[in-house]
Order: sequence, then C-alpha cells, then structure tokens
Amino acid sequence: MFSIFRAIVLRDLTLAMRRRSDVLSALFFFVIVVSLFPLGIGPELETLRLIAPGVFWVAALLASMLALEKLFAADFEDGTLEQMLLTPQPDFILVLGKIFAHWLVTGVPLALLAPLLGLQYDLDTEPLWILMLTLLLGTPALSLIGAIGAALTLGLRGSGVLVPLLVLPLYIPVLIFGAGAVEANVSGLGAAGHIYMLSAILLLALVAAPLATVAALRISAE
Amino acid sequence: MNNASINWFKYSSPATFYPLAGRLIPWFMAIAVILIGIGLYLSFFVAPTDYKQGEGYRIIFVHVPAAWMSMFIYLIMAFWAVMGLVFNTRLSAMMSQALAPTGAMFTFLALWTGAFWGKPMWGTWWVWDARLTSELILFFLYIGFIALQGAIDDTRRGDRAGAILLLVGVVNIPIIYFSVKWWNTLHQGASISVTQGSSMASIMLNTMLIMALGFWAYTIAVALSRARSIILEREMDSQWVRELQEIRQ
Repeated sequence: MFSIFRAIVLRDLTLAMRRRSDVLSALFFFVIVVSLFPLGIGPELETLRLIAPGVFWVAALLASMLALEKLFAADFEDGTLEQMLLTPQPDFILVLGKIFAHWLVTGVPLALLAPLLGLQYDLDTEPLWILMLTLLLGTPALSLIGAIGAALTLGLRGSGVLVPLLVLPLYIPVLIFGAGAVEANVSGLGAAGHIYMLSAILLLALVAAPLATVAALRISAE
Repeated sequence: MNNASINWFKYSSPATFYPLAGRLIPWFMAIAVILIGIGLYLSFFVAPTDYKQGEGYRIIFVHVPAAWMSMFIYLIMAFWAVMGLVFNTRLSAMMSQALAPTGAMFTFLALWTGAFWGKPMWGTWWVWDARLTSELILFFLYIGFIALQGAIDDTRRGDRAGAILLLVGVVNIPIIYFSVKWWNTLHQGASISVTQGSSMASIMLNTMLIMALGFWAYTIAVALSRARSIILEREMDSQWVRELQEIRQ
C-alpha cells in the first residue's frame, strides 16, 4: 500500500518537474499578490504589520486554488485517471498520493518563501516562524479540501469559475485559524490555541476529504 | 409490525409523486398564508414592547424563524442527498434541487433582517462575529450548490455531484448552531433552548413558533411546486407526462 502511494507521488513529482512553468506560476502568483498590497495600501510599517497575516493567508488561498485545476485535469483528459480508478489498489491511497504530490509542489514552496516575503511587512522573527508553521499545517488542508472541488468540476464547462465558488467557502475556517494564529502572536496572545485548531482541521480533512474526492471522481469519470 | 408492509417507495416515483404534490400544494399554501398572517398580526399588534430593546426587537419574529429555516432546509437537502446516494431514487435529488433556492432565500432574509436589527441595537449593520460569518458561509454554500447543478448538463451526474457537495457542506450547520456557545461573541445566545425552556415571554415565543410553522408550510408548498416543474422538465419525453391533462391542452 505504501509502495503505490510512493509510486503515485514520484510520478506526479516527475510530471511537475517536466513542466516547471506550471509550478512556478502559482508560486509567483503568490509573490506578486503579496507584493501588491503594500503598493495599494501604502508603505506605513504599522499598517503593514497589522494586515500581514490576512494578506499572506488570502494570497495562499488564491494561489492554492489556482493550482487546483491541474490536480486531476491532465489525467482525466488522457484517460489515465479512469485506469487508476480501475486498478485494484485502494482509491483512497491513490487520491491521497496525488494530493500529497500537489501539496509538495504548490504548498511547501509557498510556505518556505513566506518568511522571506514577511520581511517586507516588517514582521518579527517569531511571527515569521508562526506564519511558516501555520502555512505548513494549513496548505495541506487547503489541497485536501480543494481536491473535492476539483474532482466535482472535472471536465465541466466554466469549471474555472465554479471551483472558487465551491471551494472558497470551505476554505474559510483554515483562513480564520491560520491568520488568527499569526495575529494572536503579534498582539501578544499565545498562538497555541489557533495552531491546535488548525491541526484538528488538517486531521479531519486528511480522513474525510479523500473519501469525498474518490466519490466525486467516480461520478465525474463515469 | 405493520410498518413493514407500507411501501415507502411508492411516492418516490415521479409519476405518482406528481399528482400527490399537486393536491398538497394548495393546502400548504393556505396554511402558510393563514399562519404567517396570524404571526405578523401578533408580532406587530399583540406582542408587548420589549423593555430593553424597544419596538425594534419585533424584527426577530422574522429573523429567528428565517435563520432556523436556513439551517433546517440545508439539513433536509443533505437528508435527500443521502437518500439519493443510498437508494438511487431520482426524486430525492429533485427535492434537494427544489429546496435550494428557498434555502438561499431564507439565508439571505436572515442576514438582511439581522443587519436591520443590528443597526439600532449594536450600532452597525454588520460585525464579523462567528454566527454571522458562518451564516454567510451557509449562503455561499447554497449558491455553490445551485451553481454546480446549473453547470452540469447531465442530470444524473449533476444530482450525485450536488449530493456530495451538500454532504461536505453539512459540517457548517453545527458550527452555526453552536457558534454563540463556543465563541463568546456579539451575537446574543439563543433565547430558546430545549433543555431549559425559553427565556422570553410566552406570547413572544408563541408568535415566533407560529411564524416558523408558517415558514415551514411556505417552504413545503414552494418546494413541491418547484419539484413538479423539475419533474415535468426531466420526464418530458415519458408517456405519463404526455398523457397529463394540463400537457394535452
């Protein structure tokens, strides 16, 4: 069971490396959105420090949503997905592997880059660490939840507009607790409570989201 | 047990459900008009002025039942989604599709009347409090469901995809319901609880219940009539639809 998980992850990573521009575009989208806010709002460090957690998290949400389209689309179009669902291996593991690879490609670089961008917002060292930690905990939850939306809208006309409509409302709890953790730290309260909630959301998504995704894929690939 | 012999699936066929719904609609519509009429009369002329909130509190007679309905309707839609997935009945998906616009309407009504209530009481139209936010998410979920159903042309796929979306979104309902207990925010706690009874005068409580029942009857009537339209649309080519009185004319 683990070997199939590893095979899927390695395959998707190889495919992603062959098409580096797809990977980088989501990452640079994140960088550009984050850099736009100081231009629009003004360079007062006091304000920037206040809005930083929200800006980073909203940008992360949008970037991870942009990348969702590619999660199943290519495999669906050339029929690979159908073959995958027909294999005797558990679908849960297959989907989990695809989502994990997707997170490695979109979520992890974003979380690693965030502290560097955070310097633009004059955040201290501790909030920077918390920001990175919450992004590392939150982005896999985003990928897991988003996979449901991506699977439901597979091959539909106008799915680009539909995915945000389905997925963003479900992202809101992750946004609240992710940005809340950094804000709580900046304002001197402990961030622990928010981080525990974020971990709880991640665990719940880890168990439930692949099940819903598998069911949605079966409907879409029918 | 006698129950076992009842054929629960008899009315799950569109052909038998269609005339039944047609007979039920006038009754529920009449009940809705009477109850909402009584409820509005009581809430405007009979219920006493609140000693703390003045006349403005009367908006809760619409606000609270609408908020209840917004959550109930989502739960009922999720119930039909489960039924549709488990028993593979066509009518279940049609019912959840028929309920969705009414649910979205009540959610919007609850948010809107809440804003009207919030302006004089809290001094602001909107606060980002847990209950308001989760009710807003519920509204987005309704819109997402309607949009997904609209985007899928294949009805069978649309029904089942919608059902999965409903089941994923149902997580939000307990969050709305318990939000005022879990987070200590601006929205006041529930005035009515099953375990401790109500903390308000009985005339106010009764008015609210009458309004809620009226909204129930309205929802049933509207959902049934919308379900009839959906049935006609989907079964357009079947023999029994062509033989209907109203189609022949």
